[in-house]
Amino acid sequence: MIGLEHFLVLSAVLFSIGLYGALTKTNIITILMSIELMFNGVNVAAVAFSRWITPYTLNNDTSAIAEDVMRHLMTGQAFAIFIIAVAAAEVALGLGIVMAIYRARETVSITETNLLKR
Amino acid sequence: MPLVTQPLFVQIVFWALSAVVVISALLVISLQDIFKAALALVLSLLSVAGLFILLNAEFLAAAQVLIYVGAIAILIIFAVMLTQNVAQGSLSNNFRIPVALGVSLLCVFIIIAITGMDWNLITEANLSSATQEAVNTIFADGTASLASILLNNYVLPFEAVSLLLLAAVIGAIVLVRER
Repeated sequence: MIGLEHFLVLSAVLFSIGLYGALTKTNIITILMSIELMFNGVNVAAVAFSRWITPYTLNNDTSAIAEDVMRHLMTGQAFAIFIIAVAAAEVALGLGIVMAIYRARETVSITETNLLKR
Repeated sequence: MPLVTQPLFVQIVFWALSAVVVISALLVISLQDIFKAALALVLSLLSVAGLFILLNAEFLAAAQVLIYVGAIAILIIFAVMLTQNVAQGSLSNNFRIPVALGVSLLCVFIIIAITGMDWNLITEANLSSATQEAVNTIFADGTASLASILLNNYVLPFEAVSLLLLAAVIGAIVLVRER
């Protein structure tokens, strides 16, 4: 029986792998890829919560209307949509900065990059 | 017991997908060749889209494939090809062992917290029959419910995101433009 815990543990593992990569790699593009892995771990957790968790206010509540239930159940997915959109904006800007640094410095290693100007 | 029944193949698909996700994520941070790491990232993102389908989030799975695999991964591969330093590859800094220790400790703590927590799950026991019916209707048509909540409860963040994307596009053009 695959339940909430399975997905949460998977998301924790994915987040940890991404965190390790973001902290240890020296190539900016690899760091950006690791940050994408972290975003995906968080997204899996958010969607899993929206699939399995019910808020305590709905417990044995006979007067709950369908719109309330929907608001509670779909919030995780709505947040995942926003996370994906913010990740897209982050990657567009991040890779723009990578290109600017490469043009100025001829390198994409963070150990050789301590200023954004030439 | 969740309200939606779970056939056996769901378990097989879950374990297969999570194995692919974890192995390709490990490849992303361990491969020396950045181009191959980007391809492993594509595999990982595709498997996460499969996990979204398992979680009754079909629209998110489609958005994941379109935005992550279709746009973000292509952008990363372009950046790799434009800046690749073949001799150097993807190196690590000197903090590999302390960071690995700290991150695995963090992961263990999170897993302990997850397994020890008493989650208030969606079950027949704690929901009234009207609520159960509403839950079943919502999961039967998840995309329509998601659209409804995005354009009713979260309409202001929804519009703010479009502004954010516009700002990001203009910023990226300014950064990449030849002077």
